[in-house]
Formats: sequence, structure tokens, C-alpha cells
Amino acid sequence: MVTATSTAAAVVGTVVDPEMPMLTLADLGVVRSVEVRGDAVTVTITPTYSGCPALAEMRADLATALTGAGYRDVEVRTVFSPPWSTDWITGDGRRKLAEAGVAPPGRVPRAAAGPIPLSLDPPSSAAVRCPRCGAPATEELSRFGPTACTELRRCPACREPFEHMKEI
Amino acid sequence: MNVEEHTHGDVHGDLHGANVYGGLTEDHGDTHWAFGTGFDTEPAAELTAPVPAGVDAADLAEYCLMLGDDALVYSQRLAEWVSNAPELEEEVALANTALDLLGQARVLLARAAHVEGSHNGTARDEDQLAYWRTDAEFRNVALAELGAELDFARAIAQLLIFSSWRLALLHRLRDSADPVLAAVAGKGVKELTYHRDYAARWALRLGDGTELSHARMQAALTWVWPRVDELFRTSDVERRLVAAGVAVDPAELRGEVDAVLDEVLGRATLTRPQLPGAGTIGGRGGREGVHTEALGHVLAELQSLARQHPEATW
Repeated sequence: MVTATSTAAAVVGTVVDPEMPMLTLADLGVVRSVEVRGDAVTVTITPTYSGCPALAEMRADLATALTGAGYRDVEVRTVFSPPWSTDWITGDGRRKLAEAGVAPPGRVPRAAAGPIPLSLDPPSSAAVRCPRCGAPATEELSRFGPTACTELRRCPACREPFEHMKEI
Repeated sequence: MNVEEHTHGDVHGDLHGANVYGGLTEDHGDTHWAFGTGFDTEPAAELTAPVPAGVDAADLAEYCLMLGDDALVYSQRLAEWVSNAPELEEEVALANTALDLLGQARVLLARAAHVEGSHNGTARDEDQLAYWRTDAEFRNVALAELGAELDFARAIAQLLIFSSWRLALLHRLRDSADPVLAAVAGKGVKELTYHRDYAARWALRLGDGTELSHARMQAALTWVWPRVDELFRTSDVERRLVAAGVAVDPAELRGEVDAVLDEVLGRATLTRPQLPGAGTIGGRGGREGVHTEALGHVLAELQSLARQHPEATW
């Protein structure tokens, strides 16, 4: 029987994101807490986007990993608040994203007081570096990508398209 | 919505032994036969939070339905673009937008069901609210139910107005005394900022594009404009909940939304239509369950499967 919180946290730390398996859920910053009491463990996670279709998979994968490690009573809770931010992706997570060809998100700018401003102008091409060739300036193809978290970009230097995890 | 993740044998009859999909399931209780086929049915921790002190539970449930139905019905409309958009990128964008709104709708409907149940003992869930209410029981605004009929300019006009309005609303709702409304708003603001930018940039591109794209974008604004006034009309339920610190008064949003629309339309060389609002019937509108005929079409598509196969799971 396993009991230590650090052990449960280590087991949770092995579970990868179903949509971006190069990242663990902990890298992605969606694991909010791991609490152990005896052989019972409660993991609290938060969805990236409101409609994240991977939540059921995350829950099942966490339960499978913890049950496999000997925890008899596994609960995976979801909380919405505070809302997930790409700022919660760990340094390791950012490095793994870049190694897998996905440009990691920049820091989320601090929201000013008052209404959220429109951004009508084409986004700055300098903001995102190409994860393949390292060229500093790339262009946006589409704000929405194959997963809720990503957008599509293209590098004018190496001509390759790539995904960028957009800041939220 | 919540199609329960039981085994496929439930639909195929007693085929457990011979189920060809059986080999695809794993033996650890995860019965999804492929990624994305399961829906998360576990309620989030916040959903069961008690009704804030001094707040009428029936009013709170009704308000959750209003904001949830706006998102659910409009999400269904946006989903019509899947396999029909002019470019794959636009299909992906509109489908992502629909998915964000569906996620918001699920939480809001689940909250409505919980609050309603704690108030009068009913035991409905998000699925029963989505699939088994009649059109007169829906509380969405008319803007959400309009069908763009695969006219992309119409889709952009509708999304620009819907997202500008909902963003302004959720931005204020982050301070709601109800923790679920505040949580939905906190996440939704980030999502709607992307939706609004997407629609605004397309409005700019079409309005300030060719003669034809300009004319079609202007016509799309004319089409949607009679549905704008309703967005800023305060219902009795909202008025009571504003006083309780739970709801946002939609009338207060007009200045901010107008400023956003003026900025977009000005840059896009489009003209704000001078058209009266469609008005109410006997003082009642979408918030009171009075809808256009368009909602019936949305619900027919949304609900037909659940109604033909009650209690079906797969």
C-alpha cells in the first residue's frame, strides 16, 4: 500500500495530456492539487477551455494510473476557478512543446482596467519564433488550430507550418 | 452534450461477447473506444455550491438558463458550418467557437439544474434541460437562434454582435455573487476575446474588401440588426438578480458594445443600419420564452435524436 502524498504526486506526474502527449498534465498546469488520506487520493484538475473535450480522458487516465499504483479510492475533481492560464505551463513544459515543434505561448499580458480592447490589426509577426529553424518572425495562418489551445502559423524562412499554443 | 459513456452493447443489444468494438476498449474502466468519444459526466466541484444568501433560487436557475441557452442555441447554429465553411481554417475557427460556447452552456445548464433541484426537489440534469424542454421553455435571445443559412457574411455579423455583447456581459459577471456564474465568466472572457477578434477581423476584411464583399457584409448587418435591441433589454428576473449582486444589467452594456461596433464598422467602411428593433410581443421576448420560428428548427436538430431514443446510451 502506498500512502505518501509525494508518491501520489509522482504517479500523477507521469500522466500525459491526451491531446498533447509530449506534455504531462502537470507540465500543462492543469493539476491543481493532489491530496492523500490513507489509500484514498483526491486529484483536482482544471480544464484549459470551457469545452475541452479531453477532460473525460484526463480523468480516466489519472484514475487508471493511481489505481495501478495501489490507491483504492481515487477521486478526480474538476474546478473552473481560477481559470487556467498558459502562464501555468511549466518551464519543462515549454521546452517539451518547442522540442515537439509546437511554439510555446508567450507571457499573458496583464489585463488593464476597463473593457477588453479589440485587436483589429494583424498580429505582430515578430511575436512567435519558429520552433523548427528558430527564425524570429513568423506569420499567423489561423487563430484557431486543431486543438482548442493552439493556432496555426507559418515560418517565412523555412516555409514550414507549425502550431503555436496561444496565450490565454 | 452528455451522451453517457456506457458500453456500446447498450445500443447494439446483448452483443457483449461478440461486440466487434470490444477489443478496442481497455480493461481499466475507461470505456471510450476512441479518444473524444466520452463526455465528462462528473460535475465540477463548484456546481454544487449553495445558492448565495438572499438570492431567490428560482431566479438564479432561470438566469443560468438564459445565459446557458444563449450559448447552447448559438453553438448549435455555429456547428452548421462544420463541413460547410468557405475554407477549412474558417470551419475550424467556427467549430472551436461553438465548442467553447457548448462548454459554457454545459456548466450553466448543470448549475441551473442543481439550483432548481435544491429549490423544488426536481432532479433534472443538463441533458434533460437541453433535450427535453420545448421552445417556450428556452430563455435565449433571438440573436442566438437566427440561421445564417450558410451566408458567411451573416455568420460574421451575427458572431461580431453576439461575442461583443457576451464578452461585455461576462467581463462584468466575473464579480457575481454566484461562484458558478463568476467561474464561467472568468473562463469565458478569455474565450470570447478570441471569438470577437476573429469576427471583427473578418468584418474588416469583408467590409473593406471588394465591392461585392462590402455589399454582402452590409446586407448581413441589415439582416441581423433588428435583433440587437433585445440584447440590452432587462427582464424582471435580471432586475431582481442585479439587486442581489448576482446578475449583470444588460442595459448597462450598450455603451461599451456600441463603441466596439462603431470602431469595427468605421474601420470596415460599413454603415450602422438605422433599423428599429424587432420589439417584444405583449412585453415578452426571448428571456420570457417568446421566440422566432427559427428556434424550432434549431431544437428539431438538437433534440431529435434524444427524443427518438429516450434514455439511449452509447
